Amino acid sequence: MEVLDRIKEQVESNPIVIYMKGTPQFPMCGFSSRAAAALQDCGVPFAYVNVLADPEIFENLPRFADWPTFPQIYIDGDLIGGCDITLEMHQSGELKSMMEEAAAKAAPTGES
Amino acid sequence: MTTTQKIIEKKLQESFKPLHLEVIDESHNHSVPDGAESHFKVVLVSEAFAGEKLIQRHRRVNKVLAEELSEGGVHALALHTLTPEDWFNHGGTVPASPECLGGSKQS
Repeated sequence: MEVLDRIKEQVESNPIVIYMKGTPQFPMCGFSSRAAAALQDCGVPFAYVNVLADPEIFENLPRFADWPTFPQIYIDGDLIGGCDITLEMHQSGELKSMMEEAAAKAAPTGES
Repeated sequence: MTTTQKIIEKKLQESFKPLHLEVIDESHNHSVPDGAESHFKVVLVSEAFAGEKLIQRHRRVNKVLAEELSEGGVHALALHTLTPEDWFNHGGTVPASPECLGGSKQS
């Protein structure tokens, strides 16, 4: 599969996904670490892609959403931003409600 | 002040006519050679951001600094984009940037 299609598939099939350097357990960059910690703090499961382990994604993700840096956080298929935006949204409570909404929408047992 | 820092300042000054602008070279906090000019933090307070979501504000800044981010060796850009009203509500402060975890040292 073409790498951009692969990324598209990942952001569309996961309600919440973070592209980061390292993993939430072993982050390799302070910005990735903080963003992943904010997501974890919200208590909603999320997917992650370690861009250091996938050079093709590392190379091509910036042009996928026209965003030059890592981490990148996608909720409900849309880029919400990088570390700074995620932290600000976490502080305001917006991140948690957005994550909950996206997770509920994706749940197969959802009423809607 | 370093060269890249000056370029970033000049570009942001021209594009956003900020009320307050800080461009801080944080490269020394990371595992990069001396004078690498790779990690920056920007605090930008401008009326130009009024009515815009954070992602729109960041996209505008990324666009203005696209050259520095792609070829200019700028590896990390911590962005704090505020309107004068946000700035006032924050009491004129922004959070500290994270510690380096040594990721780039190994790549």
